[in-house]
Amino acid sequence: MQPYAKPNLDIAGREACHVESMGHSVAFSDASMERFRHLLTRYPNKQAALLPTLWMAQQEFGWISTEVIEYVSELLELPPSHVYGVVSFYTMYYRKPMGKYHIQLCTNLSCMLMGGSTVLDALQEKLGIGLGETTADGMFSLDEVECLAACEMAPCCQMNDEYHGPLTPESVGRFVDELRARGK
Amino acid sequence: MEIKRLTKNFGNPESWTLAAYEKTGGYQMVKKAFAMDPEAIIELVKQSGLRGRGGAGFPTGMKWGFVPKQSDKPKYLCVNADESEPGTFKDRYLLEHDPHALVEGIIISCWAVGIRYAYIYIRGEFGLPYYRIEAAVKEAYEKGYLGSNLNGKGFDLDVTVHRGAGAYICGEETGLIESLEGKKGQPRLKPPFPAVVGVFGCPTVVNNVETIQSIPWIIEHGAEEYRKAGTEKSPGTKLFSVSGHVKRPGVYEIPLGLPCKTLVHDLCGGIIDGKRQKANIVGGSSVPILTGEEADNVDLDYESLAAAGTMLGSGGMIVMDEDTCMVWALAVLLKFYAHESCGQCTPCREGTGWIRNLVYRLEAGDGKREDLDKLLSITGNMMGTTICVLADAAAMPTESFIKKFRAEFEAHVGAGRCPIRGKSAHFLAHAH
Ligand SMILES: Cc1cc2nc3c(=O)[nH]c(=O)nc-3n(C[C@H](O)[C@H](O)[C@H](O)COP(=O)(O)O)c2cc1C
Ligand code: SF4
Ligand code: FES
Repeated sequence: MQPYAKPNLDIAGREACHVESMGHSVAFSDASMERFRHLLTRYPNKQAALLPTLWMAQQEFGWISTEVIEYVSELLELPPSHVYGVVSFYTMYYRKPMGKYHIQLCTNLSCMLMGGSTVLDALQEKLGIGLGETTADGMFSLDEVECLAACEMAPCCQMNDEYHGPLTPESVGRFVDELRARGK
Repeated sequence: MEIKRLTKNFGNPESWTLAAYEKTGGYQMVKKAFAMDPEAIIELVKQSGLRGRGGAGFPTGMKWGFVPKQSDKPKYLCVNADESEPGTFKDRYLLEHDPHALVEGIIISCWAVGIRYAYIYIRGEFGLPYYRIEAAVKEAYEKGYLGSNLNGKGFDLDVTVHRGAGAYICGEETGLIESLEGKKGQPRLKPPFPAVVGVFGCPTVVNNVETIQSIPWIIEHGAEEYRKAGTEKSPGTKLFSVSGHVKRPGVYEIPLGLPCKTLVHDLCGGIIDGKRQKANIVGGSSVPILTGEEADNVDLDYESLAAAGTMLGSGGMIVMDEDTCMVWALAVLLKFYAHESCGQCTPCREGTGWIRNLVYRLEAGDGKREDLDKLLSITGNMMGTTICVLADAAAMPTESFIKKFRAEFEAHVGAGRCPIRGKSAHFLAHAH
């Protein structure tokens, strides 16, 4: 993360995609297994069920660890390398533990036009973390996202699976306080 | 000024439920369509002149006509609900407010083309729209609108909602197909076109939510009535989602050919604080930018916008006022394209990163005069050289920004800072 990538640095900002380990093996609950079996009936082959299975896994286990990748690849009879490739391609599969409240602020054009960067500053200051980080108490994670298709409420953010906006530096502070109270 | 066809149920109490939808005549058009010959429906859609609302504007009836009539393999429909083009949020409104109209459109479209399975590929970020369309599909199954033997003569149809997981490129139709197959969403070379070899190697129609949602209206009112809104070559209504520096941002359904001025200054209430409109991106971030003056003199239909050097795209309009720095605005957009390139074509993977960095540098006041020519040279080499048009979608706006606002770019060179914003956009410090 540099002020602006100097052209002779790694220009596309590529990073190795790191997946963390949970340190224990995982398995779906009976209820999830039932849902998984139903899922398989909706597709002509197992591979096509990969994205929805990863969604289920993320819901149940919180994030996608090396163990989850192995488990999912066994369930769907896919090479772990294929599952790893897919997990790393999409931004919504978490490869490390995330905070209870995941705030993703849109930094695309309409949100930026409406003052998105002041909201971003306020959020970072309020939470005491930078982008891509999680608070020490595990309560909040902060990220930026591209256009959420909610530009009429710019500047806006996604908090877990809800959209919020238009935000101001003040309202976002109150929002964080409310979540903190709710989370305790 | 507004004509409510697809948006007519917006604002009705619980408009997303089956009960509310049926109260307004919902699912009646399925019955009417089942009484029609599938060929006649395709012909009707051709007559209506409906063009794809996902961005490319390809005639829908013609697309359906490319699908082989006889096929030993099942045929598929993929409804493109990935809606990720910056500035576009109309499909979200349709999914949230009227999901059953989409289901009804799917049933009719599949009947017309002889499709057995449909997937609604919805972007992963969508929470409420996802729950609403899931619930609608469930209700439709329970009521017997979906499943087997729907017309009493053996027509079966299964619909599945499939969530993406955060990748703009999965909106590109072959990227979507790859993603649906459980892979990275990397677009395929065409031909073969999806109509012949699509998802799971089978004939596939990919259509946008708004396109499919237009079908019940066309069945109900006919092609001639459909053409009463819009222009000769751009018939019908279109949903525009307007954002940026307008007083009333939102989704507006307007007849194609409406002056852009009417949309921006009347429907949307004009520019915030009575400022001047400096620039307007009329059709989503991937189309060339217009100056405010150009925008005030153009009509919103496919042909007029092409003549003005831009495109209708997805109808995601982003309006910018006089205080906006164009170098900064371009930097924000290029951050997006560099992030979303799927990486399989060199001109796109490298090019999007190079132009982003050059524009970051210019924005910060550290650029050189020759950077502008370098930028144009890179964009020239990005266009038409890649598997999909994401590279063009980054290159075209870049060229148009420089062409229309060159003086502003030059003013940044050597100034050591942004002459308009006074400082460099420090948020770019976090860009990845
Ligand atoms: C990079 C890229 C992104 C796209 N994103 C979307 C999208 O989010 N939604 C959409 O409907 N079409 C999108 N498209 C257009 C689709 O490829 C395709 O043309 C469209 O879904 C066809 O449907 P239509 O004929 O009904 O418009 C995108 C195209 C490209 C090149
Ligand atoms: S042009 Fe870019 S996004 Fe499209 S296939 Fe090539 S690398 Fe991927
Ligand atoms: S730009 Fe932020 S939601 Fe579209």
